Amino acid sequence: MSVENIRKLSGTKREWVVLLGRSWIYLFLLGEIIIFSFLGTGFFSAKNFQNIMVNSMTIMLLAAGQTFVIITGGIDLSVGFVMGFASVVSAKMMVSFYALGFPPGLAILSGVLITMLIGFLPGLLNGFLVTKMKVPPFIATFGMYGIAYGFSEIISYNVPITNLPPGVGDFGNGYLLYYLPGKFLTWFRQPAGLARAEIRELVSIVPNIFIISLLIILVFWFILNRTQFGQHTFAIGGNIDAARRSGINVDRHLMKVYVISSFFASLGGIMYVLRFVNGRADAGSVRMLDSVVAVVIGGASLYGGTGGMIGTLIGTFIIGVLETGMVNLGIPTFNKYIYVGVILILAVLIDQFFPELIRKGE
Amino acid sequence: MNDKHMPVLEVKDIVKRFGGLVAVNKVSMKVFPGEVVGLLGDNGAGKSTLIKVVSGVYHQDEGQVFFNGDEVKINNPMDAIRLGIETIYQDLALAENLNVYSNIFLGREKLKKALGLIEVLDHDYMHRESKKVLDQLGIEIPSLKNKIKMLSGGQRQSVAISRSIYWNAKLLIMDEPTAALGVAEQRKVLDLVRTLSSHGVGIIIISHQLYDVFQVSHRLVILRRGEKVGELIVKETNPDEVVSLIVGAELVQNSGR
Repeated sequence: MSVENIRKLSGTKREWVVLLGRSWIYLFLLGEIIIFSFLGTGFFSAKNFQNIMVNSMTIMLLAAGQTFVIITGGIDLSVGFVMGFASVVSAKMMVSFYALGFPPGLAILSGVLITMLIGFLPGLLNGFLVTKMKVPPFIATFGMYGIAYGFSEIISYNVPITNLPPGVGDFGNGYLLYYLPGKFLTWFRQPAGLARAEIRELVSIVPNIFIISLLIILVFWFILNRTQFGQHTFAIGGNIDAARRSGINVDRHLMKVYVISSFFASLGGIMYVLRFVNGRADAGSVRMLDSVVAVVIGGASLYGGTGGMIGTLIGTFIIGVLETGMVNLGIPTFNKYIYVGVILILAVLIDQFFPELIRKGE
Repeated sequence: MNDKHMPVLEVKDIVKRFGGLVAVNKVSMKVFPGEVVGLLGDNGAGKSTLIKVVSGVYHQDEGQVFFNGDEVKINNPMDAIRLGIETIYQDLALAENLNVYSNIFLGREKLKKALGLIEVLDHDYMHRESKKVLDQLGIEIPSLKNKIKMLSGGQRQSVAISRSIYWNAKLLIMDEPTAALGVAEQRKVLDLVRTLSSHGVGIIIISHQLYDVFQVSHRLVILRRGEKVGELIVKETNPDEVVSLIVGAELVQNSGR
């Protein structure tokens, strides 16, 4: 249906089409959940939904940074391997600090903090290339994709880094609340000395890494939507010359945006280590595509100027639900990419057919 | 500062060369507060080059620029804007994905403290102030929350102009302000030019549409091949005279036979 046809529709009908065009991602997500709930076994359960949250976290982190980059009209192809790089670096640090005699907790914390600092580097370099050297974002970050991957393989000698200090997985696989009906409720820690039957009955509520990721994403939602930084991000994507002419320091701003993206990617790598208790160069290799798809499904245009955190979040869940649902049904996950590809193209098509109607006003 | 006898802008003997080509050759002109000056000339006559010197895009090889009587060095567009020299381009000025008031405040957003800590955008203030300046200039736009991409060409131009006025522009340079506009819109833009002039803003208009220039300008400066070949008071001249200056008198006489 073309825009002309939609214009010809009468009042209410037209409103429906517009509503559909604007909110199709919510309906799509809902549809996915309904379909998998009927077909799968135990899909529609609190436990499984928590599972989806945890599994979607990586995409969500990468996509959060990617949202900023894409709104400015750029793209960050390096996020997947920057994530791998961060996972390798943080795992290596934890192992080394522990070997030096640090207590496990301190070794882990040092690894995490230092990696967060190192995590700025790829973004700084991407930003430098894009702003000062005028390298197109696609090329600059594609180069970084290779560089980050190569360094991670060198650091890890081409094998996953294992033998991490004890307790690495506690946080990453932990939950905010543990609840045994009628007996107790504890924060963060599983109570000690539980019987087998009790462990089976134990209800774990809200994964830790979901909370952390959600908090960070909330902060960046706020930055994007309420602050001057967010406004300038949109302005640069809308008209970079206008942004420059109105006195915005565009180069510095873009630099920050690429740093945000690589910060999120590094965080994804650290979360990976905390969850899977190893560090590997290809930890996030397939996640770069997912992150771009999530942002585009969420309503961002690759030409820049549009997009948002809520949309990205929904886009992330669309992929996350799909992944978990296919595992639930026993379908090999590589099939996912067919659907992810189809959804991406669908998102762009809807964007092209409805642009004026969807983007009316605010 | 708004002394009627002191030009808001004066350029003296400006020369700009590109390699061997002399694009502007010893051109001088003045613009007084509230005066509309039409800058005319054929393609390649040097109009754009002269304007770009004033707006900081190019730097002159020789000559001086005075703003409100003081000699100024304009090294980049930001210098010009800070002085109060605004150039309105057709497409360059606005972010289409942002709404009207966000564009008026672009780069100079009004912030307020949320929860006493974090600086957030003060949408209400920006909306209110933008409404004020639009009303003051008699510009009608249905909603200031509309994104620029939903506005017509004339409305966009009005927004760009309001922005410069809000930020205290003393001199507006309008490059082909009526090109690519419908007839009704053209008239609105020309009305706006008159309003601005009555507010004491100096204006330079570059246009190929002689009719428009004659309607709003007080004085005309005509360039040909980088040199100033005429300066006329609009009331004392007519389009024929102007055209003959633009293309060179001989040519007109030849083609007349």
